[in-house]
Amino acid sequence: MRIVISAITPDLDSVIDPRFGRAAYFVVVDTNTMEWESHPNPAAAASGGAGTQAAQYIAHLGTRVAVSGDFGPNAYDALNAADIAMYLLGTSQTVRAAVENYRAGQLTPVGAPTGEGNHRR
Amino acid sequence: MRITVASGKGGTGKTTIATSLALSLTDDGNLPVFLDGDVEAPNAHLFLKPAFEQQQVVAILIPQVDESKCTYCGKCAEICQYHAIVVVGKKTLVFPQLCHGCGSCTLVCPEHAIHEVPEVIGVLERGPARRGISFSRGLLNIGEPMAVPIIRQLKKWIEVQPGQVEILDAPPGTSCPVVECMRGADFVLLVTEPTPFGLHDLRLAVQVARELHIPAGVVINRDGTGDERVDEFCQTEGIPILLRVPFERAIAEGVARGKTLVDIHPEYVDHFRQLFMQITALP
Repeated sequence: MRIVISAITPDLDSVIDPRFGRAAYFVVVDTNTMEWESHPNPAAAASGGAGTQAAQYIAHLGTRVAVSGDFGPNAYDALNAADIAMYLLGTSQTVRAAVENYRAGQLTPVGAPTGEGNHRR
Repeated sequence: MRITVASGKGGTGKTTIATSLALSLTDDGNLPVFLDGDVEAPNAHLFLKPAFEQQQVVAILIPQVDESKCTYCGKCAEICQYHAIVVVGKKTLVFPQLCHGCGSCTLVCPEHAIHEVPEVIGVLERGPARRGISFSRGLLNIGEPMAVPIIRQLKKWIEVQPGQVEILDAPPGTSCPVVECMRGADFVLLVTEPTPFGLHDLRLAVQVARELHIPAGVVINRDGTGDERVDEFCQTEGIPILLRVPFERAIAEGVARGKTLVDIHPEYVDHFRQLFMQITALP
């Protein structure tokens, strides 16, 4: 299972970026092999619509699970449409810890947007 | 001639100055047109007391996707600068709150699967106000995020006779709605206060006016407070200071009761008329 985690630096031991749409990087990890790759978020500095752009980007990375600290309403709708399950990072500090917590079933699934959304129009 | 009254910093007295300037120009027979461009929080009506007689709704065009024609090619999502339309797998989603209504997605769709539907975001209102001023304002609906289309429509909607002076009261700040209020103006009147905050935002507002190639002048409100740095800035930058309004309890009390500066101190009519003459005399 490949999962994507929002991260501050492009590596497995990065601190998690608590923002989804404006995360600096997305680290994709295979939960079975711990193989990973990182992708700079094209929406990190978007003037608006970062959530929808980031969601569309991750939908192309072929993952079914996203872990972050906050999913705004637009990102939530777009990820939902892409059938990507969302989880909150909980106590996880690093990407590696988030993967371990996910495998242990300790992350909280997100069933509704977790924030108000930040920048519109 | 259109004069846009802006400030940068909020609460410096834009509306106080704009309404009194309009009232001071009502003796010429050629009555001014007043536009309240602060469509998110208009308040000039409290001072000029218009009777609104006409209304017009403002809508923007939002894309609607016909899923039976859509091939999920993603061209619409690619062209959208605002990421208001996204294609994920076999779904095309529209986010109306992000959409600027530019129509690019409709134009670029090879399947003609997109058509546009109007979405009402606000309203324009106009009518005669105190002393025969022709008053217009825009009002953005609560919850709607985009003020610029309302301001753009407001500027088009008003009827101006040749030689009639337009006074446009802008919102605070220096973001898109302020740019839209300044765009097309012949002069920008910047109301500031002589404080570090006033100066900080005045600098930004001056940059916007310069970027748009519109001459600007300054009104210093609450003169006597703060320090000399606004004066020094204007001198260095060659921006004329056209009026100073002292920091005075009687003015604050009067404005709080819905009076304009020229109601409180009628002698300001002459000051404003001189200010206007200085503006028209500038090269």
